[in-house]
Amino acid sequence: MSEAIATQSSTDTEVSGVDIELTDVVKRYPGQRKAAVEGLTLHIPAGEIVMFVGPSGCGKTTSLKMINRLIEPTSGSIRIGGEDVGRQNDDDLRRRIGYVIQGGSLFPHMTVRQNIALVPGLLGWDRRRTAERVDELLDLVGLDPERYRGRYPRELSGGQQQRVGVARGLAADPPVILMDEPFGAVDPITRQRLQDELLSIQEELRKTIVCVTHDFDEAVKLGDRILILTDGAQIAQYDKPEAILANPADRFVADFVGAGAALKQLTLSRVSEIELCLPTVAEIGDSAPDVQRAANAAGDDSVVVLDGKRRPVDWMWTSDLSGIDRVPAPHEDTDLVTIDRRATLNDALDTMLMSSHGSAVVTGRRDEYLGVVDFQSVLARIQDGTQPEATP
Amino acid sequence: MTTLDPGPGTTRSAESLADAKATAAGLAARRRRRPGWGLLLGQPVFVAIVLAGWAIWRSQAELDSIEQRQLDWKLLGRLTLEHLQLTAVATVIVLAIAVPLGIALTRPRLRRAAPVVVAVANAGQAAPVIGLIVLLAIWLGFGFWTAILALCLYAILPVLRNTIVGLQGVDRNLVEAGRGMGMSSRAVLGRIELPLAVPVIMAGIRTALVLVVGTATLATFIDAGGLGSLITTGIRLLRYPVLISGALLVGALALVIDWAGRVLEEVTRPRGLG
Repeated sequence: MSEAIATQSSTDTEVSGVDIELTDVVKRYPGQRKAAVEGLTLHIPAGEIVMFVGPSGCGKTTSLKMINRLIEPTSGSIRIGGEDVGRQNDDDLRRRIGYVIQGGSLFPHMTVRQNIALVPGLLGWDRRRTAERVDELLDLVGLDPERYRGRYPRELSGGQQQRVGVARGLAADPPVILMDEPFGAVDPITRQRLQDELLSIQEELRKTIVCVTHDFDEAVKLGDRILILTDGAQIAQYDKPEAILANPADRFVADFVGAGAALKQLTLSRVSEIELCLPTVAEIGDSAPDVQRAANAAGDDSVVVLDGKRRPVDWMWTSDLSGIDRVPAPHEDTDLVTIDRRATLNDALDTMLMSSHGSAVVTGRRDEYLGVVDFQSVLARIQDGTQPEATP
Repeated sequence: MTTLDPGPGTTRSAESLADAKATAAGLAARRRRRPGWGLLLGQPVFVAIVLAGWAIWRSQAELDSIEQRQLDWKLLGRLTLEHLQLTAVATVIVLAIAVPLGIALTRPRLRRAAPVVVAVANAGQAAPVIGLIVLLAIWLGFGFWTAILALCLYAILPVLRNTIVGLQGVDRNLVEAGRGMGMSSRAVLGRIELPLAVPVIMAGIRTALVLVVGTATLATFIDAGGLGSLITTGIRLLRYPVLISGALLVGALALVIDWAGRVLEEVTRPRGLG
């Protein structure tokens, strides 16, 4: 799937989302003394992922559902892209807002294709356009259309169902997508993959995504901003994840963030933010003595070997180049360990620990070689990030 | 070469394993089919054997004049037809009333009335049909339509209750997902709630069919025809061949109707539901 993303993202990185403005939104249920949502005012910028977190019963889901009017606000106004949602027909409104919920909530009596095609159908798309869109979306979420479009939900794993759920939410290309605990019902490993995939999809589409979660780590990983709510949907803090980690607004937020705030920053930074080392590289078939000389001159004890398409294939010690003529094609068990530039520092550290070089080769689109990341640069990055907090 | 993606290599294989398992389970479920088909074939075969045996007996047995008149092929055909008419008309009316009523009683506006209506329907079923049918006949007069009314009162409960239960049993998350995607409440009802409730509703319809085909035997008491007349005549005139033939034919008819109901259940069950 990463390849499908890479090919498309090169052409399209402009923001396709619109902003959302909540002004003094109140939700009061009859017969309850306390309001579920007590005057929430919030601006959600276009093209960002905003995570709503908070203890259960704090009104985060209620707030989310008021955006597409599954729950009608008692008072206050909600504007999407400047338009007041209260003045629109609620069905029309919802067709223009993607909605993804826990476990995918696919309709069990409809095939994958029928599930995804539902909203395009409501919008009156013709058959061909809908069919093309379904295949495109299945590709986007990493499911082979040929294989999966005719299946029923019960013939899919939890992770696959969730992917189809995301595809269904994206079906009509809505500028705003609401997600309610989207990855709550899958195992941790699948969840991590789905999160990575959502990030790559977002990198390409730049929608405005509002996502409710109870998992603070998920909020840190996915969110451009995090909204932490307390009872009655009062804002405890609304800021970028790094700011919340570095400076929790109060005890409540600090408790909610939990222990290990500094470590959590590892999931905030991506390998792409680190300055990579650029050791000597060689192509298969280059003259071995030349390469060895160049490496010695640069002070490197190893050489990254690339293939014709600049993809790393081997990582040789310079000593192994002695006494041979040409740089050889890689043998079975090379020392090469690669990592995608989108990986978090957490993933990077994990990978480096497994490498005999104590560092990892970083690749970009289509596995193209970018450079090498080592412990020193990761540590430097962590120290930069924690500076303000480390002073007291 | 070991290539590590953002998620370590194990991640991918672990998930693809889980996927493979799910796929295998799905395929196995597909191959297994539902267990019902074996029984479905057995039932009509059994009925056919019994009926064939009875027909052979009927064509060879020595019967007296009363028995011959009662077991005349033409008369038997007419009684069976009457019986089927009673069953079909009553069932169609029950469906036309109970299904829409059940739907209405699960809509937010009328939801609170549901227990009351179900209680009334319950009373209809609890009252003994024989009493009901006679009382109605005294009030409305003898005949076909009075019998139909009694049968309907008797059979409305299972369809009504199963329609309500079936619709209530639809996962609320799915209804909300449908609404959240911009389907009107009518579309959610027609495309999500009803299809998912079909298996439960159909079970109620089959129950009603079997109840009606059995109780239609009593229609003969108010001169509304049906195979019940063989049984009453058999008892009154002490003609066991007539009595037993009547009972046998009603039983066979009930089994055939039950079978038809099961087939209908299988056929209408939406694909994709295990």
